[in-house]
Amino acid sequence: MSRWLGRFIAIVALSAGSLAMLFPLWWMFVISLESPQRAGAAAEGGGSIAIWPEEVHWSNYSEALRQIGTEPWQGFLDALSNSIVITVLVVIGTVLSSSLVGFAFARINFRGRGPLFILMLATMMLPAQVTMIPLFLVFRTMGWIDTILPLVVPAFFGSAFFIFMYRQFISQISESLIEAARIDGYGMFGIWWRIILPMCKPVTAITAIFTFIFVWNDFLGPLIYLHSDDQSTLALALNSFRNQYGGLENVHLLMAVSVVTMIPCVVLFFAAQRAFVEGIGSGAVKG
Amino acid sequence: MANVRLSSISKIYPGDVHAVNDVSLEITDGEFIVLVGPSGCGKSTTLRMIAGLESITSGDIHIDDRKVNTLAAKDRDIAMVFQDYALYPHMNVEKNLSFGLLRRRRYPSRVRSIFSSTYRRNRSSEQQDIQDRIRRAADVLGLKDLLNRHPRELSGGQRQRVALGRAIVRDPSVFLLDEPLSNLDAKLRGEMRTELRRLHRQLGATMVHVTHDQEEAMTLGDRLLVMKDGVVQQCGPPAQLYEHPANRFVASFIGTPEMNFIEGVIEDGVMFKADGDVRIQLPKERWPSLLAGQRVTLGIRPEHLELVSDGDAMFRGEADVVEQLGDRTDVILANDHRRMTARIASGSGLREGDSASLRADLNQAHLFAVNDVENRIETT
Repeated sequence: MSRWLGRFIAIVALSAGSLAMLFPLWWMFVISLESPQRAGAAAEGGGSIAIWPEEVHWSNYSEALRQIGTEPWQGFLDALSNSIVITVLVVIGTVLSSSLVGFAFARINFRGRGPLFILMLATMMLPAQVTMIPLFLVFRTMGWIDTILPLVVPAFFGSAFFIFMYRQFISQISESLIEAARIDGYGMFGIWWRIILPMCKPVTAITAIFTFIFVWNDFLGPLIYLHSDDQSTLALALNSFRNQYGGLENVHLLMAVSVVTMIPCVVLFFAAQRAFVEGIGSGAVKG
Repeated sequence: MANVRLSSISKIYPGDVHAVNDVSLEITDGEFIVLVGPSGCGKSTTLRMIAGLESITSGDIHIDDRKVNTLAAKDRDIAMVFQDYALYPHMNVEKNLSFGLLRRRRYPSRVRSIFSSTYRRNRSSEQQDIQDRIRRAADVLGLKDLLNRHPRELSGGQRQRVALGRAIVRDPSVFLLDEPLSNLDAKLRGEMRTELRRLHRQLGATMVHVTHDQEEAMTLGDRLLVMKDGVVQQCGPPAQLYEHPANRFVASFIGTPEMNFIEGVIEDGVMFKADGDVRIQLPKERWPSLLAGQRVTLGIRPEHLELVSDGDAMFRGEADVVEQLGDRTDVILANDHRRMTARIASGSGLREGDSASLRADLNQAHLFAVNDVENRIETT
């Protein structure tokens, strides 16, 4: 009996937590479908929003997206493609470089491995604000300002946290697998690409998702390095949209743009959810 | 197939740890040799040095008269089976088998095969060859129905077979097996032992097998190399090691139950005297060179002891443990000075707690010097 009671309490608690978490999202979605009047009233606190709008205004979306940037639709499409290009490149770069470096730290004995690893961990303790100005100066000297290079290129040189995660995971892979591949004729690069990377699927999934969400929503980086309108990302576009149409009368449009910006993260999370929990390593060696 | 020659190879780890010390060994073509010894004796390190997974500190390794000291593992034309199988978990059995072959293709490029018809022909016949090899290996090992499975879907014995298959498809000069049976349960281990033996006969391959299990070593090996603390103790066919162990260590390591050892002293050149009123007249013609006062260890295998009436007894005591094994019985005889194991025919009616007397067949007994090496004293 008490088992059922415990279950019941857990379900109630979890449901309450989920509702609290989902409420803002739902609120955003509903307002994005409301008529301008009702949405504005709700935002002012004068009106109230039902669970579902009386009248669904899907046209809010096309109207909102058309109004991003200076030319109709063009601003939105530019921002979307910029966001996609930057995010995809950064995800690829982070996964490749972090797993490669993590593999080296885990499985290759080289002079100074320990101190280098500590040094790398130490960079995690450094707040981004500290390096912001020096980095800007460096990229300016290289003439990379107002290009996506400052946002993308560093990803191909590894990220301390993900390197650490890869290293921990790869350390648990049996040494004999690597030796077997060596005997099979593969060098360290071949082993990394054909054995280690496929086995690191759970870590890669986490790395890819976290990186994706961070880069997709990143505002500060693009704000510092991208200045032209046609280089803008969705996060930047959303911000300038807010500056332009931030008034309460346009809150439905702002919510519509927010929903569109958020969709890829949500889709990605649900698609990759299984990879989070999948343990590919089982069955590799006797265990 | 190939012969392998180890010339005084040593492995010294940082901190002056001598893992392998001056090991020399000549393995002839098609031989099944077993490196055996307790854990930490350097047998696996020796195997890994042959494989090229471990550098050698000094000495030379030749495979087919080619010096391979600094040659990478992949270029030594060897295949290795690991204790934990080391199957690639994200590939199915077929891919596991072909992984090494794909790397060694001479015509790997799909793009070039589009532009050159000769290349395309060569490439497709190479692909065919890989398929043939996989099929043959799968036939030999009974893996045909498992080719599409992943390692995690296989039992221990099946994984073991895939690991062997991965070595077979490569058709290497030398097979290196690093305790491949130690993760299997007893019944399966017996089956795989037979299978390994059959495989060796079928392939006629040179095989180097490492194990800590002396029984496995005895049943598998054409020759055994017994190691202890990185040093070779003895090398020879199983029967030779059993009948003429070079020293006390080999004598105790080979054979179950373990040989009985009684330390004592020689009197008058022929009389062996030990604690507990043991006085045994040794056959002078077997050991003519014994000196009075010499300290020696008498070694008697359990199967060379028999139950006798009290008058003929060399050792008396109480049957502490009686283990019925069906066709034979192991008796542990205990008195104040020692415990001795005897393997006798079943049906003696001896029960635990009974007093018993044992007599040794001295023509099968061994004497070992009491010194650092505890070498066996030669018989005539």
